[in-house]
Amino acid sequence: MLLEINDIHVHYGKIAALKGISAEVDEGEIVTLIGANGAGKTTTLKTISGLRPLTSGSIRFAGQDISKMPGHKRVLAGIGQSPEGRGVFPGMTVEENLLMGAYARRGDFSKELAEVYELFPRLAERKSQAGGTMSGGEQQMLAIGRALMAKPKVLLLDEPSMGLAPKLVQQIFSIIVEINRRGTTVLLVEQNASQALQVAHRAYVLETGRVVKSAPASDLLDDPQVRAAYLGGGAEAQVGAGASADCLEDTPPVAAPESVEEDGDASSS
Amino acid sequence: MTGVASKRTRSRFSVDPVRDRWESAPPWARWVVYLLLVVGALLLPAQGIGNIMAPPESDWPTMLSDQIGIYVLLGLGLNVVVGMAGLLDLGYVAFYAVGGYTIAIFATKYHWSFWETLVLAIVTASLAGVLLGAPTLRLRGDYLAIVTLGFGEIVRVTANNLNYVNGPRGIQGIPHPPTLSEWTVPGLDVQPFKYGLLDSRPYYYLLVFFIVVAIVFVKRLERSRVGRAWASIREDEDAAELMGVPTFKFKLAAFAIGAAIGGSGGVVFAAKQTSINPGSFTFMVSALVLAGVVLGGSGNIPGVIVGAFLLAWLPERFRGLSDYRMLIFGVALVAMMIFRPEGLWPSRQRKAELAEGSGGMGSMGAEVAGPGTAAEVTE
Repeated sequence: MLLEINDIHVHYGKIAALKGISAEVDEGEIVTLIGANGAGKTTTLKTISGLRPLTSGSIRFAGQDISKMPGHKRVLAGIGQSPEGRGVFPGMTVEENLLMGAYARRGDFSKELAEVYELFPRLAERKSQAGGTMSGGEQQMLAIGRALMAKPKVLLLDEPSMGLAPKLVQQIFSIIVEINRRGTTVLLVEQNASQALQVAHRAYVLETGRVVKSAPASDLLDDPQVRAAYLGGGAEAQVGAGASADCLEDTPPVAAPESVEEDGDASSS
Repeated sequence: MTGVASKRTRSRFSVDPVRDRWESAPPWARWVVYLLLVVGALLLPAQGIGNIMAPPESDWPTMLSDQIGIYVLLGLGLNVVVGMAGLLDLGYVAFYAVGGYTIAIFATKYHWSFWETLVLAIVTASLAGVLLGAPTLRLRGDYLAIVTLGFGEIVRVTANNLNYVNGPRGIQGIPHPPTLSEWTVPGLDVQPFKYGLLDSRPYYYLLVFFIVVAIVFVKRLERSRVGRAWASIREDEDAAELMGVPTFKFKLAAFAIGAAIGGSGGVVFAAKQTSINPGSFTFMVSALVLAGVVLGGSGNIPGVIVGAFLLAWLPERFRGLSDYRMLIFGVALVAMMIFRPEGLWPSRQRKAELAEGSGGMGSMGAEVAGPGTAAEVTE
C-alpha cells in the first residue's frame, strides 16, 4: 500500500471531526472520498498532508509512519495537495505560483514546468498574470499544476469541481484521469459524487466522521443506497413504496439529508 | 464586496509607470539613483531644508535624529514582520526597549563600549523575538496581534517595576558613542564622527548608516528563498506549508530579524539621549510605527520609508496645532484606509493581494469568518 490511514481520530477543540477513519490507497489508483458537507472529507485530506494534528490513529506512507511528520516534510516524502478553496497565492504570477510548488526541491524545474504547461495550456497563456485575478477554473488548474511541480507520489485533490461550470468540471476530471494515467496516484475528495465515481477505481463513503461504505467505484454507482443519498436517485431506490413517493418523507436508509441538517446546526452554534 | 474592490483599483494614481521604467533601467542608472538618495539623505540636515521642514522653535537635525531617523529604522524592521511575512505585531516597541535597556545596563553597570553593546543588543533583541515567537506564532491574525500587544506591555511594565533598572526613573548616564574621528567636513561646520551633546547631526548620520545597512540586508532577503517563503506565508499560510515551506521556522526568523533591527534603533536612541525610562516605550510607539508601515505601503521598502518619515515628521512640523494633532492624524489615517488601503506606495504584489479581497488584510487580522471558514470548522 502506498498510503494507509488507520483508525484516525481528529478533533477541532472538543468537537470530534473524524471518529476513526481507515482507508488505503494503492499505487496507481484513483480513490475517492465522497460524502455530504461535514462528513470529514476535507479534514481527512488535511490530516494526511499534515495541516491538522491527529488525536489518535496512524498514517503510513510508502512504508513509513508519517503520523508525527510536520506538513512541510510530507511534501518531500511525496504527498502533494491542491487544497480546499484552491489556495492560489493571489499576489504571485502563475509562473511564480508554479515555482512555489517546487519550493521544497532543488535543481532544475524546467521539465516539470513544461509538463504542467502541456497539461494546462491555459496556464502557459497566462504565465505572468497574478494568481488572484484568474477565474475559478484557471485557479483550480493552477492549484493542481502547482501540486504536480513537487513530483508527488500521491496527489490529494480537495473538491476540484467546487464552484466551476459543468463544462469546466468535465475538463478538470479528464485531466485528473490523464495525470493518473501518467503514473501519479490520486486521492480525490468530492461532493460531485457521480463524476468522482465515474473516474475513480475505488471509493469510500464518509458520514459524520466515519467510513460507512467502501467498494469499487463502479459498484457504488449502482448501489441503491448511495444512489438515493448522493446521486439523486431517491425515487428509484424505494421499490414498491409508491411510485411518486416524496423524497423528504420517505427517509432513505443512508439518511444523508438528515446528517446534512445536523451538521448545519453544529456549524452555526 | 467585489464592486467596492474594483472601484478602488480603477483610475487611481498609480506608481506603476515609474516602476516599469525603474525595472527596465540599466544597473548603472539604478546605482546612480541609490547614490543620489544617500547623498540626499546626508544633506537633509542642512539649514536651508530645516527652515522649511521644521517649525521655528525646533531644531531640525534633532528632529531628524530623535524622531524621523529612529522611526524610519523601526519602520524597516517592523516591515519585515508585517509587510513581508504578514504577521501583525502590535508590540514591536518591546524590541526597541530591549535594545535600549541592553545598552543602558551594559554601558553603565559593566562599562561595555558602544559597539560591543550594539552587537549584544542586536543579539538580545532577536532572542527576545524568538522568545516571543516560539509560543505565540501558532496563533494567527488578530490572536497574534493581541498576544504581541501584551508582550509589548509586559516589557514596559517589567522595566517600570524592576529596581535593577531603577523602575520609572530609568537609567541615566549612558555614554555617547566614542568619537571615531575629529575630522571636519571642509567648508562646513560638521564633525560627522564626533558624538557629543550639542550636535545631533552625527547621530543622524549614524542612523542613516544603520538604515542603509538594514535596507541592503532586507532587500537581499526579499529576493532570496527566505523572501519567497515569507511571501507565500503572507498570502496563504496553509498553502505555503503544503508547498514544503517550514512556515513556523520562517515566521520565527521574521520575528528575530525584525526584532534585531528594532533593537539597533533602541541602542542609538539610548546613546543619543544618555538616559532612558519606561515612558519612552509605550504602546503609542508600536502603533505609530505600524501606522507608518501601513500608510506607506507595507511590504515595499521605499513606501515604508516615506510612511515612517511622514508619521514622525508631520506631528512635529505642525506642533502649533498640537491639541488637534492626534485628531487630524486619525482622520488622515481613516481617509487613507478608505481611499488608498494599499498605502501610498505599495508593492505590486501587495496590491494584487489586496485586489483579490482576502489577501493582505486577511493576514493583517481583518479576516472575518465567512461561510467557507464555518464549513471548515465542522468538517
